[in-house]
Amino acid sequence: MANGLKKFYMNDKIVVPVFAVITSLFIAAIVMIMIGKNPIVAYGALLFGAFGTKGALINNLMKATPLILTGLSVGLGFRAGLFNIGANGQLIIGALLSTYIGTKMIAYPFYLSIPIMLITGMVGGALWAAIAGWLKVARGAHEVITTIMLNYVAVFIANYVVNGPFQAPGGVPKSPEIAYSARFPNLITSGATWLSAGIFVALTAVVVVYILIEKTKMGYEVKAVGFNPYAAEYGGISIGRNTVMAMAISGALAGLAGTMQVMGLYYRYLGALGGSMGFDGITIALIGQNDPIGIAFAAFLISSIRAGSNQMQIAGVSKNIVIIIQGIIIFLVATNRLVKTFMFWKRKEVEEA
Amino acid sequence: MDKANKKDYSKYAVVMEKIVKRFPGVLANDHVDLFVERGEIHAIVGENGAGKTTLMNQLYGLINSDSGKIYINGAEIKIRNPNDAINAKIGMVHQHFMLVDRLSVVENIVLGMEPVYGPFFARDKARKQINELSKRFGLFVEPDAIIEDLPVGIQQRVEIIKVLYRGAEILILDEPTAVLTPQETEELFEILRALKSQGKTIIFITHKLHEVMAITNSVTVMRLGKVTGVVKTVDTNPRELARMMVGRDVLLRVEKGEAKVGKEILRVEDLHVNENRGLEAVRGLTLSVKRGEIVGIAGVAGNGQTELVEAITGLRKVEEGHVIFKGVDITNFSPKKRRDMGMGHIPEDRLKHGLVTAFPLYYNFILGKHDDPQFCDGEFLKMPDIKRFSDELVKRFDVRPPLINLLGANLSGGNQQKVIVAREISFGPDFMVVSQPTRGLDIGAIEFIHKTIISMRDKGVGVLLISMELEEIFSLSDRILVMYEGQIMGEVTPQETTTEEVGLMMAGHRLEDLRTQEA
Repeated sequence: MANGLKKFYMNDKIVVPVFAVITSLFIAAIVMIMIGKNPIVAYGALLFGAFGTKGALINNLMKATPLILTGLSVGLGFRAGLFNIGANGQLIIGALLSTYIGTKMIAYPFYLSIPIMLITGMVGGALWAAIAGWLKVARGAHEVITTIMLNYVAVFIANYVVNGPFQAPGGVPKSPEIAYSARFPNLITSGATWLSAGIFVALTAVVVVYILIEKTKMGYEVKAVGFNPYAAEYGGISIGRNTVMAMAISGALAGLAGTMQVMGLYYRYLGALGGSMGFDGITIALIGQNDPIGIAFAAFLISSIRAGSNQMQIAGVSKNIVIIIQGIIIFLVATNRLVKTFMFWKRKEVEEA
Repeated sequence: MDKANKKDYSKYAVVMEKIVKRFPGVLANDHVDLFVERGEIHAIVGENGAGKTTLMNQLYGLINSDSGKIYINGAEIKIRNPNDAINAKIGMVHQHFMLVDRLSVVENIVLGMEPVYGPFFARDKARKQINELSKRFGLFVEPDAIIEDLPVGIQQRVEIIKVLYRGAEILILDEPTAVLTPQETEELFEILRALKSQGKTIIFITHKLHEVMAITNSVTVMRLGKVTGVVKTVDTNPRELARMMVGRDVLLRVEKGEAKVGKEILRVEDLHVNENRGLEAVRGLTLSVKRGEIVGIAGVAGNGQTELVEAITGLRKVEEGHVIFKGVDITNFSPKKRRDMGMGHIPEDRLKHGLVTAFPLYYNFILGKHDDPQFCDGEFLKMPDIKRFSDELVKRFDVRPPLINLLGANLSGGNQQKVIVAREISFGPDFMVVSQPTRGLDIGAIEFIHKTIISMRDKGVGVLLISMELEEIFSLSDRILVMYEGQIMGEVTPQETTTEEVGLMMAGHRLEDLRTQEA
């Protein structure tokens, strides 16, 4: 019986997202047929664009790297009962700070400058997120509101800085380049694309977050506060401390995502570096069911359909189809009760038959 | 045969025949038969998880039977959803009220079938209909009051009127007294008698046997999904019903020896505590508890007991006064520090404070001691030790089902309470605040928890017991304090007092006044 229950739990976490992905591909195929396109061709191009060549796979993994981290950031927040919509702002602040430090690293050897960069990026994101955590604890301000507001503040700070005091010569909104010693080494290079060592940082973060959530005292406390703050307080767990702590760790992961872009891809802060990766993190955390390993797979899924979409466009099918796919996945995962009910009916039919 | 059946059933308002309902892993109703005569009050009794509510949910169409037949007034009908049930003149008052807190009484009652003038809500028409209903059944409510301002007992009345408004002839009440004070319960019974005299049929789910004896005409007893007895109330007694419910003889009163009272362990001095809205709830209260005794606090709910408990356990700020534990002033200590000093707490609200229902049992078993070296090695949890510890507790306290991977939410109320009690006792406290330990539990679980509390006392633990159940206070306490509007009305022992005297103190009379009147 214990085994059966464990299986059910495992099923739930895996079956729902897998079901969602397959269904969404199927529905998108119907849409393509309706607009007179061949879904087999489109999906073939999508797969080819994501995995078909060495360059495609590298591009895919480079896209996945920051998404894994923002996904972990949002997912960890969810586990603590916090909806961190501010991963974007935290990512920007982390990237900005680490870029600044990176430009000062010329005299340092890589074995010092790389850890310094990583720590700076995490501290930047952590502090930015901790503001929202502190506001929640001290003033009762909801983190959804404060993190959205802090996103704007971060964007405007970054815009100001890279258009003024920290602008590279040339009039473009970008910072000077970071020192060579502060850059990630390239693992593989293929034409104009390269795979940086950042992917290892992201994968390490998956393991660290998994251990943190499942195996440590802090993970226990954070989850208890997230599930039931009253019971946590009754059990002697400090709600305030754990809320700020969870926000800070969530922000550190987002800051690290921004730092990955600086150290492995752009080597500087660019005006549009933030993109929508923070918001993608919400999608990814949802698909990954807030489970670190699930999040890694979900990030790779999203990066794959993004990376493949260009090839699909070339094959004559609008790349916007992938937005449909993504939308349906989120819808189905978010309404997993629907899926569960459906499965329940199926089981009932089988039993009755 | 079929025809004969129909003829047989014509005197019954409700007949449920060979009802089977299976949930994953459980047979909740195993060929259950229920016969309810027209115009009677019929009790369905059984322990938690016996399948009473499941059976009624099928009658009301909330869930569908796997097999079996339902006859209303002798005619077989299919009830697929609550609308079918309402059409068959069946109404149900749920254990948890289904009211919209921010709407008025009138608006709640007519919700979904509002009388209208064209497109407009005919509030005056609704109010008139409701006034007529309340007058006819003696259910007095203020039609324009907002639900959230009303006490629980009145909210329940609103639920009953709501059901009557929909034309119900058969009323199902699911543990209606679980949330009521003794006075409110008495008022409810008056209402039920009035409804019965007007020809309504009432099905009353409960596990309180004295209520069964007080109000019902006949009883169906269930255990583990099966009917274990059908009797007329006049032909039975609580002992027999208890035996049918539990399947063995039950001690309705706990046996306990003399208290071996030791040194004082907790003293509360002139304590003032506010409730959530900032009004004073505990108003200058002083009490003391010694090792090896059970001090019971009796009182009607809402007289500051919750705030007192929270102030003692560190969950609520003290405005004035002191809490002294083992000679140390702990007034401003965190809950954690108090736990570490040896204070245990069984909270009144299991689901809010006592458990993290989304946690598996093994996590719930260490709540409050999760950073103890026994379970935590610096920063890392010792999972094998935690699981071994949980397995032991599950066995020792007979938690069912004995699976530590289950989530807290998947247990029945009684087993959830066992988990909390097991946890608090396993930490070896010297003093324990026990608040409403048996609320909503069945006889078997109550007996178990009472025995456990007594055995703690006998091991020298000081116990402060807060309960709304006078019977519980009387059978467990060595000393009784009665609380009214945040103050102690008097101290008595169960031997030298009567329920009447305590009842008067609960209503705000001071003991010295009562005693002087007597003299």
